[in-house]
Amino acid sequence: MSTLPLTERLEGGRRLRDWLGDRILLLLTFGASAAAVAVMVAIVYKVVDASHLAFSKFGISFLWGTVWDANPAKNVFGAGTLIYGTAVTSLIALVVAVPLAIAIALFLSELAPRGIRGVVGSLVETLAAIPSVVLGLWGILVMGPFVADHLEPWLHRWFGFIPIFSGSPSSSGVLVAGLVLAIMVVPIVASISRELFVSVPDELEEGALALGATRWEMVRGVVLHSSRPGIAAAVILGLGRAMGEAIAVTQVIGAATDIHVSLFQPGDTLASRIAGQYQGAVSNVQISALFYLGAILLVIGLVTNLLAQLIIRRFDVQRAGMR
Amino acid sequence: MATFEPAFTLRGDARVRRRRIVNRLIEAIATIAALAAVAMLGVVVWSIAKRGAGALSWGFFTESLPLFGQPGGGIAPLIVGSAILVGIATAIALPVGVCIALFLQEFASPRVRAPIQLVVDLMNGLPSIVIGIFVFGLLVYGHPQNGLAGAYGLAIVMLPLITRATQEVLRLVPSAQREGALALGASRWRTVVGVILPSALGGILTGTVLAVARAAGETAPLLFATSIYATTVQWDPRHALPNIPVQIFIWSESADPADHKRAWAAALVLLLFILATSLIARAAFVRSRRKLSR
Repeated sequence: MSTLPLTERLEGGRRLRDWLGDRILLLLTFGASAAAVAVMVAIVYKVVDASHLAFSKFGISFLWGTVWDANPAKNVFGAGTLIYGTAVTSLIALVVAVPLAIAIALFLSELAPRGIRGVVGSLVETLAAIPSVVLGLWGILVMGPFVADHLEPWLHRWFGFIPIFSGSPSSSGVLVAGLVLAIMVVPIVASISRELFVSVPDELEEGALALGATRWEMVRGVVLHSSRPGIAAAVILGLGRAMGEAIAVTQVIGAATDIHVSLFQPGDTLASRIAGQYQGAVSNVQISALFYLGAILLVIGLVTNLLAQLIIRRFDVQRAGMR
Repeated sequence: MATFEPAFTLRGDARVRRRRIVNRLIEAIATIAALAAVAMLGVVVWSIAKRGAGALSWGFFTESLPLFGQPGGGIAPLIVGSAILVGIATAIALPVGVCIALFLQEFASPRVRAPIQLVVDLMNGLPSIVIGIFVFGLLVYGHPQNGLAGAYGLAIVMLPLITRATQEVLRLVPSAQREGALALGASRWRTVVGVILPSALGGILTGTVLAVARAAGETAPLLFATSIYATTVQWDPRHALPNIPVQIFIWSESADPADHKRAWAAALVLLLFILATSLIARAAFVRSRRKLSR
């Protein structure tokens, strides 16, 4: 008997195909994953490598140098003004957005009737779908003039004794940038917080209500209390988003080269300086300085995301233990 | 006859009343906050629609970009360019993203999965301007601007979105289907290609459409790669491609009110595209998820 029965020959062919198919699929999917890791490594390597020239010239003092002069005779660059601008605009965004976003999340998870919940929830998420360039266009042509005509004079009248609210109103500046960023941060923090609040075990909520707590006391004592680390992670992610946003900020912040105390005045941030100079970089040192800014942003982005991941991971374990 | 005198009353107690008032107040604040967010969306969309609708005409969709300082003109080159850029980015990010998700959900051991998952999450959190200067440094610096570099940047934006969406549907595919196929003697790859992927297809597609909607509005990855371009329709991605987001950015920085008008109209077109696609995708996603979890 030299030939196998037909079915077994087929079986043999199939087994080979299956063996091959499994290997190819594994290789393909593993290859794709390895490629993603490689791209991430390449991003870090390229950005750091390209900032080398600026780093060797200005060193670590680039971080607090406040001069940015592309004049070929000078060619001095520093990120101090931009780090200040990034911090202030993100701080404004968080101060405005975080309480608002948490209130929205509470409305969606605890108050809203079922039918409204879905509609309002997806509308808030749609806010995140507006491209930043469109929001920036709206910011400079609609919101900026409104802030300059109404909000800033009002702030100046009542709080003008505080230096940050001094000076004359202007339609592009740090305050407008912070407010535009707030619109971007709200949907992020709100959707993460909502998921946190919904996942609070019902027994805990009902227990608090059964003990006679009002809804707010229950929310404060149970929902907010048990979600604190998660909210912190959401705020950190929102902060990362605000610090990294380039386009909308470039459109509304007014690209100042020095630090103004007044929030009504123009400023500039790390990300918006990069975006603002997309056509204007002349010397190699200047391009390298832009990469240096990018490297700072990269570190900010990686640290905020890692931190948020870490908190969420520990929090998940804690939540799992609570059930 | 002695009347019943309770030791305490609920209604009259000032403290209880205060607690109730505080409760009502907070509830009102939360409701107002939600309304404010919805109103904000309404105001943005409305003001774009109001200012942009006037400039929309047949010619606006079919004509070339206006030459500097000239009246009229259209956004045909921008639409074509954006479609090519997003198309190439999708062609890169969709297969790679689906493969990564398959690896993470179907093959990887927990020890291998954790670092790759972390990389995908970190990629999702990268500021898009960093992606922009990365592709500039890698593919544009020392060369002329080109659309391929921009598309590559958009692909980096889309990749984690598609991976995550695919992972989510893969998690929803009932393990009974997976185990059933394997129990019938099907190999791993036949199970994946013949059973798991068809079940997950709807979710993968909606995830991809959402990623397309996101990429269509991304400016920062394109700013250094494809922002200096011709005013006519360009088809070759090896040259700089005109595109909608960068042009809105340029027009919004201009001092000419005619350019602002064009920016509003282009923003309206972009916004309508994004809102329509993401709403349809969301609705389809809810449906496909319901179908899977049944």
